Amino acid sequence: MKNLLQYLYTAYLLLGSVLLLPTGVHAQDAAALLQKVRARLDQVNDYQASGLMKTNVSFLKVPEAQVTVYFSKPDKLKIKNEKGISLVPKGAVTISLNNLLKGGYTTLDAGMDTTAGHKVRVIKLLPQDENADLVLSTLYIDETRLLILKARTTTRENGTYEVEMSYGKYIAYALPDRVIFTFNTKNYKLPKGITFDYDDGSAKKQETSAGAKGKVELSYSSYIINKGVPDGVFQ
Amino acid sequence: MWKLLQIELFKIFRRPRTYIPFAAIAAMVLIIQLGLKFDGRSYLELMMSSLSDSFYIPYNMIMNGYLVAFVILNTLLIQVPLLVALVAGDTVAGEANMGTLRLLVTRPFSRTQLMLVKFGASVIYTILLLVWMAILALFLSMLLFGTNDMLIARNNVMEQIRASDVLWRYIAAFGYATVALSTVAALAFLLSIFAENSIGPIVSTISIVIVLTILSEMRIPLYDNTIKPWLFTSHMLAWKGFFYSRSNGEGAAIPGTVENLPAILRSLGVLLAYIVAFVTAAIWIFKKKDILS
Repeated sequence: MKNLLQYLYTAYLLLGSVLLLPTGVHAQDAAALLQKVRARLDQVNDYQASGLMKTNVSFLKVPEAQVTVYFSKPDKLKIKNEKGISLVPKGAVTISLNNLLKGGYTTLDAGMDTTAGHKVRVIKLLPQDENADLVLSTLYIDETRLLILKARTTTRENGTYEVEMSYGKYIAYALPDRVIFTFNTKNYKLPKGITFDYDDGSAKKQETSAGAKGKVELSYSSYIINKGVPDGVFQ
Repeated sequence: MWKLLQIELFKIFRRPRTYIPFAAIAAMVLIIQLGLKFDGRSYLELMMSSLSDSFYIPYNMIMNGYLVAFVILNTLLIQVPLLVALVAGDTVAGEANMGTLRLLVTRPFSRTQLMLVKFGASVIYTILLLVWMAILALFLSMLLFGTNDMLIARNNVMEQIRASDVLWRYIAAFGYATVALSTVAALAFLLSIFAENSIGPIVSTISIVIVLTILSEMRIPLYDNTIKPWLFTSHMLAWKGFFYSRSNGEGAAIPGTVENLPAILRSLGVLLAYIVAFVTAAIWIFKKKDILS
């Protein structure tokens, strides 16, 4: 009987070790993978990119805009419309990949998935700073190409953002050709007294409800990489 | 006819009261411009309050001459009909009051010609008033505030118009406003037939416009589908429709388009029908009228 108990105890320990082993290995892999991805991103010190911005938000009717995107390490990002006004979602600037990967965080390997036809490793980042605005980030990383294809970030204040990236001409620098940024929108409703509306007799549009999704798509046509971006651009 | 029109215009512009609306418009425009120049940001913060949590708002770029002109037109085009009534209500009643109407109809012109010329002079006055407003509200604002894309806060949507896509909309809107204000001029002109002095038609026109405007703005389902579509005041604001663009499948505004052109044209048709009805009635009544003064 004593032998049986000893045997069971030994078996339990062994089984526990076996079960725990992959998690430990994956956690290590995830951190290493992130380091490699970060190293790829780090080769870009700054860039200036030209692109077309399409905004698809239910309560915004804005034309497509030619924009210039400026980036400078570590986390300066500015989207400018040189010929007019562009309303840029706040998260689009603060939730940049460089921002996600800076600071201390705990990595969790969440297994494999498929994004845009590519097999990706899903890694969750938990910030170590309990007061950080970012609550959780999930990265979908193409391991073979060392590219982040998708990032989903949950913040304390502004809900969940999602960034999807597809790569082409500038893949060597891990810079996307197209970025689709999805975000939560708040309720839009203005009292009639301060709006410039008139009743044209057409069917009333559905009122915008809270919790709807907005989308901004940036298609880059060209990048100027590591040629320097003046600080004044970001002010 | 041309000579008669010149005489009518001379009579209008000889009276000091003709210039009161020009002065009033200048004062109102300058007051609004001054307010927006020094505290435009507060105004914009209120206008953009629904967006400021989610978007970066470039307030200094949004507060530009095109937006200022739009704000001014929104405020003024409700009051300008009252100013138009000041002159249009005086066209026939003023002559009756001065005792020159009987003399006028003895001239070698038909009464129809006389009435058409008098109404034509009122329309020219209305156009000049709008040109004055365009100079001050649009061009002076462009000079003071510069130009950029134009953002318009509607009830459920925020519209953005490219700077290069704005001016033609203003031209169309001013053209439409000319027809809208001519409707008020036609009403004042019609009422002017019945009075011996100009106070009556002026006050009556102002009262009718105020009552009908309130009815047009009220949100009562009973009126929405019955009375409102037929009130000329419901159609006077359709000039704003030129600033609403159509959107593509992805929700982006398409430059150079108008969201609901048929609705604007329908409103234009209603206003033109009112003008024709008012002027025809005025001519018909005037032709049958015994001129005793």
